[in-house]
Amino acid sequence: MVSTEVRARGAVVRDSLSVGVAVGVSGVAFGGTAVAAGLTVAQACALSLLAFTGASQFAFVAAIAAGGNPLLGTIGAIMLGARNSLYGLRLAPLLALRPAVKVAAAQLVIDESTAVTLAQPDRESRRIAFTTTGVTIFVLWNATTLAGALGATALGDPSRFGLDVAGPAAFLALLVPQLRGSRTPAAVAILSAAIALGTTPLLPAGVPILAAVAAVPLALLARRRSA
Amino acid sequence: MTTWLAIAVLAAGAYGWKVLGLSIPSRILDRPAVRTTTALVPVALLAALTATQTMATGTHLTVDARLAGLTAAAVALILRAPFLVVLLAAVATTAAVRLIF
Repeated sequence: MVSTEVRARGAVVRDSLSVGVAVGVSGVAFGGTAVAAGLTVAQACALSLLAFTGASQFAFVAAIAAGGNPLLGTIGAIMLGARNSLYGLRLAPLLALRPAVKVAAAQLVIDESTAVTLAQPDRESRRIAFTTTGVTIFVLWNATTLAGALGATALGDPSRFGLDVAGPAAFLALLVPQLRGSRTPAAVAILSAAIALGTTPLLPAGVPILAAVAAVPLALLARRRSA
Repeated sequence: MTTWLAIAVLAAGAYGWKVLGLSIPSRILDRPAVRTTTALVPVALLAALTATQTMATGTHLTVDARLAGLTAAAVALILRAPFLVVLLAAVATTAAVRLIF
């Protein structure tokens, strides 16, 4: 007879795998977009292996596609990765990792591994969820990045296939869940989009994205006034 | 070469954030002001990226097949479709619009 504990562990692994597979295979869109933006297959794969945080990777590729200085593109991309440090803060006491394990585990701290881990009731299932989700996404994301990059290279002009929209669609998909709850995030989003579009004809490529971050203090200021 | 350098910088920055969060005492980062800002900066960046990647071509603003693709992605999101389905809906719609017009 299977104990309830074993069955519970099975459910954790199942949940982790389903999220991991769904997100991991999306690397194909990243690989395709990266090559469409002008990166080499090796560069696309290096980003997925080393940066391994979807939004930052797509943001970097967007900066490359826009034709700005690549180093300028890294500023916005690194800013996008800042939320992973908050995830790490939440996860550290829950997982209680040894320092040696922490060095490797850190690379797996992303939106999805955090979400699945936080949904678990105890330390053992949290560790299983974190490892299973993180490793599944890491392996699949990297494999499908390579596949997407090679595929886009073989296709020739990827924009003909609409691959240039994978980036903005990914941004929208990551943005929408963050708008729930209060009105401030929605105000920030609208203001930020307006600043970015409004300054596009005026500023060099890549700069409007950074200028749009001014929407955060502006929205917070407006909220304080109305409060 | 600049591109490889930029990739190295991004990789170091992305990993740095992750290891920082796991390693430092929570009282340093876990303040309301830091928490609000770290939650809202990604919102601003994602909205700006979505808007410019859909409407900008270089330094010009344009309305083209990309907007149709993004609308398809929005519909897929409203229907609570999985991430990859959202991306495929956007890509397929954009490609279809380009094929027709």
